[in-house]
Amino acid sequence: MSAAVATSGIKVQQATGGMPRHHVAIFIALLAAGIVAPFMLYPVFVMKVMCFALFACAFNLLLGYTGLLSFGHAAYFGFASYICAYSAKSWGLTPELAILLGTAAATVLGLVIGALSIRRQGIYFAMVTLAFAQMVFFFCLQAPFTGGEDGIQAVPRGHLFGLISLRSDFTLYWVVLAITLGGLLAIYRIIHSPFGQVLKAIRENEPRAVSLGYRVNRYKLATFVLSAALAGLAGSTKAIVFQLASLTDVHWSMSGEVVLMTLIGGLGTVFGPILGATVIITMQNYLATFGAWVTIIQGIIFVVCVMLFREGVIGVISKWIKKPL
Amino acid sequence: MDDGVILAADNLTKEFRGFLAVEGVNLRVRRGQIHALIGPNGAGKTTCFNLLTKFLPPTRGKITYKGQDITALSPADIARLGLVRSFQISAVFPHLTALENVRIALQRQRGDSFDFWRSQKVLSDFDDRARALLADVGLSEFESTEASDLSYGRKRALEIATTLALDPEMLLLDEPMAGMGNEDVDRIAALIKRISANRTILMVEHNLSVVSSLSDTITVLARGKVLAEGDYATVSKDPRVVEAYIGAGHG
Ligand SMILES: Nc1ncnc2c1ncn2[C@@H]1O[C@H](COP(=O)(O)OP(=O)(O)OP(=O)(O)O)[C@@H](O)[C@H]1O
Ligand SMILES: [Mg+2]
Repeated sequence: MSAAVATSGIKVQQATGGMPRHHVAIFIALLAAGIVAPFMLYPVFVMKVMCFALFACAFNLLLGYTGLLSFGHAAYFGFASYICAYSAKSWGLTPELAILLGTAAATVLGLVIGALSIRRQGIYFAMVTLAFAQMVFFFCLQAPFTGGEDGIQAVPRGHLFGLISLRSDFTLYWVVLAITLGGLLAIYRIIHSPFGQVLKAIRENEPRAVSLGYRVNRYKLATFVLSAALAGLAGSTKAIVFQLASLTDVHWSMSGEVVLMTLIGGLGTVFGPILGATVIITMQNYLATFGAWVTIIQGIIFVVCVMLFREGVIGVISKWIKKPL
Repeated sequence: MDDGVILAADNLTKEFRGFLAVEGVNLRVRRGQIHALIGPNGAGKTTCFNLLTKFLPPTRGKITYKGQDITALSPADIARLGLVRSFQISAVFPHLTALENVRIALQRQRGDSFDFWRSQKVLSDFDDRARALLADVGLSEFESTEASDLSYGRKRALEIATTLALDPEMLLLDEPMAGMGNEDVDRIAALIKRISANRTILMVEHNLSVVSSLSDTITVLARGKVLAEGDYATVSKDPRVVEAYIGAGHG
């Protein structure tokens, strides 16, 4: 019951229970920023940042808390956006149902791919997940319902719960803000749950966790599925925002981008990926005029970041203030 | 199988690319005993532990625990049967506090702890028990210290507290006192003696005075094979044992 509530990302009860003060402060600051942002910035841009922030946090849940480097997370993000777009457009599902369906599809995909790859270690795990993600890419390119190179366009934003029209960016904005914050709180709760405590133990000393009787592969798989589901939630939401599902979102370069966002912000930190996503999306937005140079500039920034802040920006700050962020 | 044997290994063998680290070892550990596994460096003691707990798959041989063939089980499942090991190098969760370290083990009572939607505050139910276990090994004042900040001897003590938190029927301890000062050695020796009251312990230890005072049975391993077995008096007089130790520079 409460699991469904937490992962649906709409409402997380008692998520503040036992949260340290400085984390509460950061969440309130994020909420405040989210409320002010659409009055200062272009709402669609902020919604894009939020979708990617959620995506990066979902990815970080896996890499940062189990050490598994999935190099195919675009598969869950992108596949969910196709399912969401298709069900909203062709079946006329209301946006919340379309998003849930997209999320569910990513969950199932994550379960299948995760079960097949979780036993691989290190670089092999990255390779296997990449290979599966490529299969998903080709499926999305070839399958009749995905619109091939064109993707699924003109996806209706529809009416929330069949009642509230989301045509206006401004109305949609609050829905996306709620989903994003809900998703972030859900991730926060996962990290700070009894389950998350076992994950920490596994990350710190896997053989010891095994010797205490923990079946570590099951924890890794469960985290993989949760991560895929939340990536799917982000992808589905993005499809509604842009009214589009396209091959960009299932492409391997998207898998690379989310790694980048996470590393720049701070791997294994709660808030780092949010910053990482904001930096990368902002850069792409404002540097768009440089065309192909964006990739190169992004690369340079990445290299500089990795050399200057090994633990990512938030990771370094967290060390300075000696508090986990 | 004879009565009173809790853990048995038959013809246990491990080959590393042609090198026999453990060769045809037959071992009988009797319920309730403290059984020591000794031998020179590189004799295969740790490898034996890894085989018995399935952290390494045996090349050949059979392992029986409480009458059940466990040769095909996973290491986590073996731990769940109550056969819990420690490691030769200290194995703590470095960035968790001492209290949290012990709680990770206590948390196993909840079953699998897949409840990712619940607050970790539910784990505070285990705090009292965890504190009691820390007190047992003399770590009371360090409960909120991160394990990585503890001295080596205290890390080992924390490990024992964590292992005991599972209340295992049988413990495999790999050099529990290595790197400890005399005072710590005495305390841990007394602790091992005390916890052995209703448990079985198989222990690798280089400190022979500890071995002689604690163990009921000693198995001497050299070059992967069992060299001798018996109580301390018998084993220490065995000329092959003396030779093996001198040969390995242990005098
Ligand atoms: N994974 C491995 N691959 C190859 N050789 C190994 C491996 N593990 C152990 N060995 C070899 O097997 C032999 C036995 O090692 P083991 O660690 O079991 O000895 P030990 O009796 O525990 O020694 P010590 O008293 O030093 O801890 C050694 O020669 C070691 O080099
Ligand atoms: Mg050893």
